[in-house]
Parts: sequence; structure tokens; C-alpha cells
Amino acid sequence: MIKKGIYRRQLMQSGAIVGIAASSGAVLVTPGVAKAMNLTTLDPHEGETLLVMSRQIYPHPNLGDMYYAQVVTDLDQKAAADKNIAQQIKDGVAGLDSAMGIAWIALSSGNQIAVLTSIETTPFFQTVRGTAVVSLYNNPLVWRFFGYEGASFPYGGYIHRGFNDINWLPKPPDAASPAAG
Amino acid sequence: MAQYEFSDDSVVVIIGSGAGGGTLANELCQKGIKVVVLEAGPRHTIRDFVNNEWAAFSMLAWTDKRTASGNWRVAKDFPTLPAWICKTVGGTTVHWAGASLRIQEHEFRARSTYGDIPGTSLQDWPITLADLEPYYAKAEDKMGVTRTNDIPGLPGNNNFTVMYWGATRIGYTGVSTGRMAINSRVRAGRSSCWQMGFCFQGCKSGAKWSTLYTEIPAAEATGRLDLRPQSMVLQIQHDDTGKVNGVLYADATGTQHLQKARVVCVAGNSIETPRLLLNSHSARYPDGLANSSGEVGRNYMRHLTGSVFAIFDQPVHMYRGTTMAGIIMDEARYDPRRGFVGGYHFETISLGVPFLAAFLSPGAWGRDYTSLLEGYSNMAGMWIVGEDMPSATNRITLNPAEKDQWGLPIPDVHYDDHENDIAMRNHAFKQGDAVYQAVESTQTIEVPPYPSTHNLGTCRMSANSRDGVCNKFGQTHDIANLFISDGSQFTTGAAENPTLTIVTLAIRQSDYIADQMGKNQI
Ligand SMILES: Cc1cc2nc3c(=O)[nH]c(=O)nc-3n(C[C@H](O)[C@H](O)[C@H](O)COP(=O)(O)OP(=O)(O)OC[C@H]3O[C@@H](n4cnc5c(N)ncnc54)[C@H](O)[C@@H]3O)c2cc1C
Ligand code: SF4
Repeated sequence: MIKKGIYRRQLMQSGAIVGIAASSGAVLVTPGVAKAMNLTTLDPHEGETLLVMSRQIYPHPNLGDMYYAQVVTDLDQKAAADKNIAQQIKDGVAGLDSAMGIAWIALSSGNQIAVLTSIETTPFFQTVRGTAVVSLYNNPLVWRFFGYEGASFPYGGYIHRGFNDINWLPKPPDAASPAAG
Repeated sequence: MAQYEFSDDSVVVIIGSGAGGGTLANELCQKGIKVVVLEAGPRHTIRDFVNNEWAAFSMLAWTDKRTASGNWRVAKDFPTLPAWICKTVGGTTVHWAGASLRIQEHEFRARSTYGDIPGTSLQDWPITLADLEPYYAKAEDKMGVTRTNDIPGLPGNNNFTVMYWGATRIGYTGVSTGRMAINSRVRAGRSSCWQMGFCFQGCKSGAKWSTLYTEIPAAEATGRLDLRPQSMVLQIQHDDTGKVNGVLYADATGTQHLQKARVVCVAGNSIETPRLLLNSHSARYPDGLANSSGEVGRNYMRHLTGSVFAIFDQPVHMYRGTTMAGIIMDEARYDPRRGFVGGYHFETISLGVPFLAAFLSPGAWGRDYTSLLEGYSNMAGMWIVGEDMPSATNRITLNPAEKDQWGLPIPDVHYDDHENDIAMRNHAFKQGDAVYQAVESTQTIEVPPYPSTHNLGTCRMSANSRDGVCNKFGQTHDIANLFISDGSQFTTGAAENPTLTIVTLAIRQSDYIADQMGKNQI
């Protein structure tokens, strides 16, 4: 699934993550991020586990932990608002930790993915994935990384800012695509 | 703006303010008729719109719970959100992209043209293209559709340029920026398109037609429209003779009111419209209103959809400019040699990063998936809009297990893909891949349907009262003063985006209602 060599190298280059255990490829958490999340309902171990889990679900080697921390903050808020969700997350993390008899966060990257694959249809996994897909990709700072420019209204749209600036194909004929009025 | 008494039984009550309801309200007001529009959603202005996909969705979409069942992929991917519809003044014309195509002549004769296809409930429409042509012309003028009424086409964006060259290289000829209800020039007091790229989020320049800022203010200017936002209709009531005589609704505070009516027109889009008729059952009508045929809620159609996205080794920036920037029309013909009846269109589509991540492959995760997303800048995309087959078992029913905030059963949307649908989608995916490979894509991605945006057919019009819910004017066969005024009327889905036809039918219906009221028939 992951070309591990490249993955690790990109992680190292990004400088965002300090703890890469060279032998196992395990993903460790940037020091301070867990604390900065200010969790109210989840404990630090749960927070760190969810952070790494979010990263394994939507891995972007060049994105720093702070963006994934947003996922954990949002999960913590959902847990605070709903006891059932809180319990589901706590049980879910405990389940991850018991899967191989080693805390999930200490597993190698390949083992972490194998454990996640085995639980991907559970409500717990869907809660984390469903939260992550919104929290991670709805962040304007993350958009920059993808080259998505976000709101265009403040800049008058793209009518004068490259809506038709493609330069590797010819311009379609006027009959198909008339000039702007 | 007018304010009518709850007891005023001379008003026409219209339920819903979208393409069907908003248009009908204006047309009736222009003819001097008193209209009350009850709209479940709040009233926003263009200034409220935000260029942000999730924020706009939470502001405008209908998010009350629905359930989905059947073998269609939507039931698996979006089990509680089978449809993407708005709950706001203006209805789904706030979110729509503006593609405005007439249904083709042979598509009105679907049963005659396609023959007896097992597993379908195909029928001919009780009207022809010739019947609708004068009304299509009025609708196109009203909506300012490009390439009609001497309005130039829109300029194509980067996403269009990629599609254009791919399509023409594989031999397609019907490729252009199409017919769009988006101003390419300033018209009717509205701006021309700024190429903002947020057509699905509410157009902040007003270039795109929406009943919110065209039909509704025009109706208000007559002094005859009483528009009540945040008014959710719970039940349509009738008198001893069986005629409808009022509607029960809950206002923003939850207080319930009974608005009397001379005529009731239902335009809640094809899930809420049949749901309301079913929920309005009474001792006289135990199966729901206008349901002596048993057809209310049946024959639900949603267009065969799917998307093809492609990644290139150079930038595209598909999100810049109109969301539906162009169309390929070649596959919309009738040609059963392809292995299916009916036809389909390709229309460019683009999604921002937030929606793309959720929709490109719903549920997918891991590095294979995220590396696709990292191709965002170099991505192009198009959507498939094809005719799906009606079937009596594809239907909206009341879910006995769950109730909404007013204690009414929520709707279940059941849909099974017909083998014709499967064959057509397969063909479209192959052709879509070929289009992009012709311009050297490095990868193509076949994307399953999003929650349904075109919801149709659940109170269909029919020549015979046994076969459908309403006649060729949308008047229900069973109750003369009860009308269906939205896409629920469609006898078949055709390969065209439906809104132009919904508006056309509403204009035509307004003539009929005015005529019948004038003759005291209703
Ligand atoms: C993202 C997107 C893009 C689209 N693009 C296109 C396109 O390019 N071309 C095209 O032809 N079509 C397009 N469509 C589809 C188009 O928007 C619909 O076909 C059209 O708006 C349907 O009109 P309608 O009157 O049936 O319902 P709507 O416009 O949905 O209006 C129904 C209204 O009724 C209200 N309502 C429902 N039930 C009740 C109740 N019980 N009480 C009170 N009010 C109620 C709802 O709140 C809503 O406002 C698109 C749709 C979406 C979501
Ligand atoms: S691209 Fe044009 S139609 Fe679409 S939102 Fe922008 S201005 Fe409106």
C-alpha cells in the first residue's frame, strides 16, 4: 500500500515529524502536538493514537502533524457532546491496542495498517474516517498544499485570473467556446 | 408583499419555492392570482452565500434524515443522505449548475421507442415535444439560457479545454460550452458570470438563474405573493367531497397553522412530494392523497450518473470557472446497438478539495487514495447524465421505524440499478476514459454516483389514471384542485438535466390553473 522508503524519506524531509524509528517505520507524534490539542474528554494516549490513525487513514507525507491534530480536536469535541461517541472511541482505541498485544501506536507502519484494515467496517473506524475526511480537507492551509485556491469571490472570480490559462492544449474554436463578453 | 388570512380559502397554496414552485408562484401572481408559498427552508440573500463547500452545504442543504435501500451504490456510500437537495427559499436552484437542455422528441415516447423492456415501467408521456415547444421558448427566455434568444455561449475554462480536445480527438462532434442558465452577458438586471467556480454553493454574482432572486422577487413585486419561509407542510387536508381545502404546517417556532386553500400545488422535489401525499392519508384516502392508482412514490428516477476524473502531468486547475463548463452530446442519441436504450451526456464537473476527498472514492483510505488527491491541480473531471429506467419497485415509502422532528415517518428511498443502467454506465465509463486518454492522462478514475441531485418521477403524469398520479397538466387524476408542480411529474427521465423542463411544465401549468379557476372548474 505504501511505498515505505519514499514515505519515510518524505517524512524526514518534511521535518514536521521528529520521531521516525528507522527499523520499524513507526510513525511517532511530534512532541508538543498532543499537549497542544487541549483534549477535554479523551486522554493523551487516545489523542496520540487517533492522530497517528488519522495519518494512516489519509497519509500525506508532506503535511505536518498540526493538520491531523485538528481531526483529534474535532473527535474530542464530538466525544464531549455525545457519551456514546466517547465510549465508542475509548473502546476503539483499546481494541487497537489489544489487536497484536502491543500498543497500536508502537506497531510498525505495516502492522498499524494491517490492524486498521481488519477493523475498517466498524463504527469506530467510520467515526474517525468520517471526521478526518472533513476536518483534514476542509482546512484552507491544507488546500494550499493541494494547489486549491479556495474562495474566489473576494478576488472577483477567475474571469481575469486564469480560468482559461491552460497552455499545453490549443484554445478550442470560438463556436465551441466563445470569448468572454 | 401580501399577507393573507389563515382562513382565506381563495388562495392558491404552493408547497416549495424551487424550480417548480418558485416559477409557478410568479406565473400565477402575474396573472392576478393570490398565492401563498410555504417553504420549509429559511430565506437567504446572495450576500449570505459562502465560497466554501461544507459551509454552503450546511447552510442550504436538506439534511433531515432519510434512509436508502436497494442495490444502488448510493445506499452503501450515503445510507442516510440518498439525495442532494436544498432546503431554502429558491430550493435546489440555489445549488444547481445551470445546464438547461430540452428533452428530445423521441424521449417523450420512451415506451414506443424503446419497446417493452422487462423490469421497467416505461410509458410514453401524455404530451409531446410539440406541446412543450412554446413553453420551452418562454422558459429559456425567462432563465436567460445561453445559445438561445441570441445569448452567446459562455467561454470555456481549463476543464472544458481538456474535455474538448479529448472528445474531438476520439471523434465526438457535439462538444461545446452548451446551453446554460448563466448570463454570458449582463441580462435581466443580473451580472454576467465571473467564472468564480462556486456554482454549487450559491452564485455570488447572481449570473446563474435561481428562483430566489428572479421569480420570487418578481412575484412579490405584484403584491400578490405571501411567501412564508421556515414553514414545513405536514399534511394536506380535504373536505367531505374529497377536494383539498387546506394545509397544516409548522412555522419556525414549531407552532402549527392551518392555511385554507382553493387549490394546492405540491413542489417539494421528488422525495418530499410523494412523502407528503402519503403522510396525508385519511379515512377517505387510506393510502394517501391522489393514490388510487397506487403509483404515488413509485417509478423513482435519479438519472444514471457517475463521473470520470483524470490526472495529467501538467496543470489544469479545474475548479476555476463554471462548474459545468461544457458538454458532449454525441451519446445522447437513441442507438440500441450500444447495448442499452436511452442516451447520456458528459458534462464537465469540478469539486473543491473538501468535496473531492469525500466523493472521489467514498470510504477509500490509505496512500493509494491520498496520492490521487495529491494530483488535484492536474485533474480534470466530467459527470455522466444518462436516462435511467423507471421501475415500479424503485420508490419512496414511509419508513415505519423512524420519525422526524414533527413525529412524521421519514422517507426511505429504494433503488435497484436495472441492467440497462449498468450497461449504460459501463459504456460511459469506457468512453470517458477514452476521452481523457486521448489527451494523455496519466490516470483516470471512475467515480460512483454522488447523492442524487436529479430526483424524478414519483408522481408521474399519465394518459390513463390507472398508470400514474397526474394528467398532462400535473393535475392529479383523483383530486381536481390538487396539482403536482415539480420533477415528480416526469413520466420518464430522459437524458437531459431536468430543470428547464420543470420550469417549462410550471409555466404551462399556470395557464391551465388560471383557465380552470376562471371557468370555476376548480
Ligand atoms: C449540485 C446540484 C447541481 C445541479 N445542477 C443541475 C443542472 O445543471 N441542470 C439541471 O437541470 N438541474 C440541476 N440540478 C437539479 C435541480 O436543482 C433540480 O432539478 C430542481 O431544483 C428541482 O426543482 P423542484 O422544484 O422539483 O425542487 P427544489 O428546487 O428542490 O425545491 C423544492 C423545495 O420544496 C421545499 N419543501 C420540500 N418539502 C416541503 C414541505 N413539506 N413543506 C415546505 N417546503 C417543502 C424544499 O425545502 C425546497 O426548497 C442540480 C442539483 C444539485 C443539487
Ligand atoms: S462560475 Fe459564474 S455562475 Fe458559477 S458561481 Fe461563479 S459567477 Fe456564478
